[in-house]
Amino acid sequence: MLTADGVPLRRSLNRALRRQKLRAMLLIAPLLVFVLITFLAPIGDMLFRSVENQIVSNTLPRTVASLSDWDLASETPPDETVFRALAHDLVIATELKTHTRLGSRLNYEASGMSSLLRSTGRDVEDFGEDLSASLADLDPVWAEPVTWADLLGDPAWRAEHESWAATGQRSGAPAFQPSATALTALPRTTEIYGAFARITQEVNGRNLMRQDPWHLVAITLIEEIKADPAAAQAFAGEHAARLAAIAGADLAQADFTAAFADSNDRWITPTPWSVIALYAAPYTPGYFLNAVDLGKTPEGIAPRPADEQVYIMLFMRTLWLSLTITALCLLLGYPVAWLLANLPARQANLLMILVLLPFWTSLLVRTSAWKVLLQRQGVINDVLVWIGLIGDDARLVMINNQLGTVIAMTHILLPFMILPLYSVMKTIPPTYMRAAKSLGANDWSAFWRVYFPQSVPGIAAGCILVFILAIGYYITPELMGGARGVFISNRIAYHIGTSLNWGLAAALGTILLIVVLVLYWVYDRFVGVNNVKLG
Amino acid sequence: MSLPVYATPLQRIWHVAFRVLCGLIFFFLVAPILIIIPLSFNAQDFFTFTPEMLRLDPAGFSLKHYDDFFNNPDWRLPLLNSLAIAPVAMLISVGLGTLAAIGLSQSHVPFKGAIMAILISPMIVPLVISAAGMYFFYSRIGLQGTYWGVVLAHAALGTPFVIITVTATLVGFDQSLTRAAASLGAGPLRTFFKVQMPLILPGVVAGGLFAFITSFDEVVVVIFLGAPGDKTLPWQMFTGLREQISPTILAAATVLVTVSALLLITLEILRRRSERLRGLSPN
Amino acid sequence: MKIKTLLGATALATLPLSAGVAFAQDLPACENCADSMVLMSWGGAYQASQVAAYAEPYTALTGVTITWDEGSNEAVAKMRAASEAGNMTFDLVDVEGPDAQRACDEGLAVEVDFDAVLAPGTDGSSPTDDFGASGSIINDCFVPQIVFSTTFGYRTDVAAWNGKTPDSLCAVFDLENFPGMRALEGRPKKNLEWALLCDGVAKDDLYDVLSSDGGVDRALAKLDTIRDSVVWWSAGAETPQLLADGEVVMGSTYNGRLFSAIEEQKQPIAMLWDWQVFDYDGWVVPAGLDEARMNRVMHFLHFATDTQRLADQAKYISYGPARGSSQPLVSTHATLGIEMAPHMPTNPANQKNYLVNNIEWWADNQDEVEAVFQNWLAR
Repeated sequence: MLTADGVPLRRSLNRALRRQKLRAMLLIAPLLVFVLITFLAPIGDMLFRSVENQIVSNTLPRTVASLSDWDLASETPPDETVFRALAHDLVIATELKTHTRLGSRLNYEASGMSSLLRSTGRDVEDFGEDLSASLADLDPVWAEPVTWADLLGDPAWRAEHESWAATGQRSGAPAFQPSATALTALPRTTEIYGAFARITQEVNGRNLMRQDPWHLVAITLIEEIKADPAAAQAFAGEHAARLAAIAGADLAQADFTAAFADSNDRWITPTPWSVIALYAAPYTPGYFLNAVDLGKTPEGIAPRPADEQVYIMLFMRTLWLSLTITALCLLLGYPVAWLLANLPARQANLLMILVLLPFWTSLLVRTSAWKVLLQRQGVINDVLVWIGLIGDDARLVMINNQLGTVIAMTHILLPFMILPLYSVMKTIPPTYMRAAKSLGANDWSAFWRVYFPQSVPGIAAGCILVFILAIGYYITPELMGGARGVFISNRIAYHIGTSLNWGLAAALGTILLIVVLVLYWVYDRFVGVNNVKLG
Repeated sequence: MSLPVYATPLQRIWHVAFRVLCGLIFFFLVAPILIIIPLSFNAQDFFTFTPEMLRLDPAGFSLKHYDDFFNNPDWRLPLLNSLAIAPVAMLISVGLGTLAAIGLSQSHVPFKGAIMAILISPMIVPLVISAAGMYFFYSRIGLQGTYWGVVLAHAALGTPFVIITVTATLVGFDQSLTRAAASLGAGPLRTFFKVQMPLILPGVVAGGLFAFITSFDEVVVVIFLGAPGDKTLPWQMFTGLREQISPTILAAATVLVTVSALLLITLEILRRRSERLRGLSPN
Repeated sequence: MKIKTLLGATALATLPLSAGVAFAQDLPACENCADSMVLMSWGGAYQASQVAAYAEPYTALTGVTITWDEGSNEAVAKMRAASEAGNMTFDLVDVEGPDAQRACDEGLAVEVDFDAVLAPGTDGSSPTDDFGASGSIINDCFVPQIVFSTTFGYRTDVAAWNGKTPDSLCAVFDLENFPGMRALEGRPKKNLEWALLCDGVAKDDLYDVLSSDGGVDRALAKLDTIRDSVVWWSAGAETPQLLADGEVVMGSTYNGRLFSAIEEQKQPIAMLWDWQVFDYDGWVVPAGLDEARMNRVMHFLHFATDTQRLADQAKYISYGPARGSSQPLVSTHATLGIEMAPHMPTNPANQKNYLVNNIEWWADNQDEVEAVFQNWLAR
């Protein structure tokens, strides 16, 4: 079949259909992209943060690498190599002040890691002080910053640096370049000095020729020369002689194990090391384990210490309070919805305003109202005292506890129960009840066996809606709940804003999100998203 | 609903008791909101009725909390900020949401269910989770702590309402009207503005009001995303409630209740208009 | 609001505009400076004293717009969050000593060169010596403003106390003689020390006990005994309000807040100076400001921490200035006209028993103890 223009009808129809689809997609696309960027990407970011853990391997790369040989189940701390690696990492971390953040991170897993890293962070720059002093004793030139730059730096860079220094400028110093000789003959020393130079110049903005290198540079140099005295030959002139003198001198060995033990004796127990090793991976299930009161131990996944187990309890409390609120809403909402559905339209519309006004009123207004009403010196207590129900000194405590949260949230969520109940009850023909009664049922059994079953979809819709809204509540529990009336959301907000345990906040949020999405799916099955009615 | 004349005494008692019960529940719904209105005119800095107020003595009432609300920068700036954020967020929500709702109402939309679920999701996800995610992500792209960060976030939260209300008006929309317009020579734009727009307008306005109030009342996201200079009215109320509940909060609350009541009336009028229009349509 | 309105009104009424002109000549011009600032402080009466003593005079002189954020009780968290977010929304942050130490340790605050940035004392002493004289220099990042204390206030009209008045800290833990709700800060700092003191630990052993195994648990066990009678506060303004409203019968807060409630609002509240905890409060400059904002902040710091400004602040709130040279200038309250000296925490009559916050211990152990405390609180 052909259309008037001679194109096959099937193709013409297909094209029209494609066109239509394309037009629909073009209309939808802007919002879809907008929601993807402003809303779904953030949710995705949260999911990512709940497993992301790069801070450990980024802050302590050498320690993490050298710890891989250490047996997690070991009763003893790792050997000197690992202590040295940690000293190396920590010297850099303390200069960058990242060790405190790492401490906070590891402290989420094992209490005590934060103070351990903070206190050792203060000591670590002095580790090996005696060795670098003895090097200076051997030859005072080692106490001159310039000696190190001359020995390890590229000659062209040195010349450039000299001409920069001559200009008297304070910024814009040429960045350190290692010499090819140093890189091959003294690779480890050059690496550490390179790190020192980078931090001194870029982070602290200081002149490299005026800053004493870390003791770790001297210690590494001594070791490298002792291990391979021939390395001295690679250098020219006075450098060769100085390095040879080190090879021949009687210098002590660095002992980082002792230095760490001296700073804090927890370092010579296996505990901190197992924490670092367990949480070294760049992605970890650790936050999710924490969110359900579990933790990683060398023996596997185990419950956390009793005094740290709060999250299961908080989830249960959130569920329990949400259920209570949902049940109260149903109890209060059902009669009202029934009345609205069965009154003449004019009266029902008027009464409907009493439901819609709270629905439209700001959440904070309603929370403020309850805070004012429920205070010890508030209106409700005043009325109770005035009618003599309670004594003036026995005023009821109704805020800063679970009671306050439940009362205020029941009030706030009640319209969300009434509206779906009403829309379902509106569709139940009153003739059914009359028919039941005419067949001999009394009022109660007519209601219970005929009307009630037909209102169940409304109950389901209202309950799921109220429950979904309740378990995610934050503002009202925060203001009304005190310490024991708060929800999991408040804990999430606390971890984002105060404790800065963003990973745990993200993991808790993810769990809550999954619960809500499952409920939403159920709601969709029962009611259908498209049938959501507003107002 | 009236009781038949042959009702038994028990039925009569139940009938009355049920009405009283419903009355009490309506009282529970409305009283907390209404009671703050007289309290906001308290001449004292208390949250309870003073003896003067109960005697209706004019000396017991004053407008001083309103004076504070409108003249104290602690309250005036947040009010202005809220008024600078909510309308812009609303315009974005309405613009994008209306287009998408029209798109969704076409007969052949691939992955309609999935798209609908995505577009509705900002309404379903608990605010604290949205706020957390936005805080993390907006930090990465430099939107955290900015005016536009708050506006975009609020716009995202408002769009589901626009979609729902506009889709609802489009359900009863007769597509043959657009075809008729097209066959009479109107271009797509002309068809949209002359035929579709007047019919879906009530839905658009209702969605816009929802989007407006979503932003105007929103506090969780703005606490996470906003800079101190962008403090909004709900944020100021939240701070005030947490730290010291001042009677000015009641003045602010009364103003907000008035705004809500006006919005409610507008919506009701729109609903009736929409029903009338639909009644005229060929369906 | 009672407190805030009152102070706001007094601040406006007493702002010496003519005086502002007088020191205009002394204030050097600010080159390449931002024309607005966001300051984070504590809200309430304290912030009002800062507004009156230096923010408004500074704005009058320079026209700079100052926005306040009342977030100081979570200052370090907010700075860390803003720094991770790469958008430092604050220009200057008011913190107490231990938080300043943490901000400095974590690289969130920049070091301030006292002698280059701050004004010399009116007695000619260098800033380092002048602040050093009051012992308030804690670290290189912290520019001190005041010495304050955290202490208890109680209502003087509690019928259930049968005429007894609390005269020792341990009345807080004595529900039998002093029934009623208490307000305590929902943070471990100070609460743990007080609990241990009332559990029989000597002042000198406090931090040894807290560092030992089970030390924190012991303090929490003591707090458990009153837990059901505690309202936990998060902002310093809450306790005076709760006391004034009769929601609690006693509560801890900063001494200046209680002064405002007692002397300015004439509330039936009295001070319990026993075991007040001294601390310094001051400014830190967050890291990550651009040059113009940094210049503006340094220019403001020079003005706001000079001898006269710090002495002026004591007209509005009973905190001791952190400069040696300001102390002789402390006089009478701006509107009440009463002598401020007897209301200062440092007044000898008020400090028979006192504690000084152990800044290093708290900087090191805050993460651990805070986590334990919050878990305890949630249960």
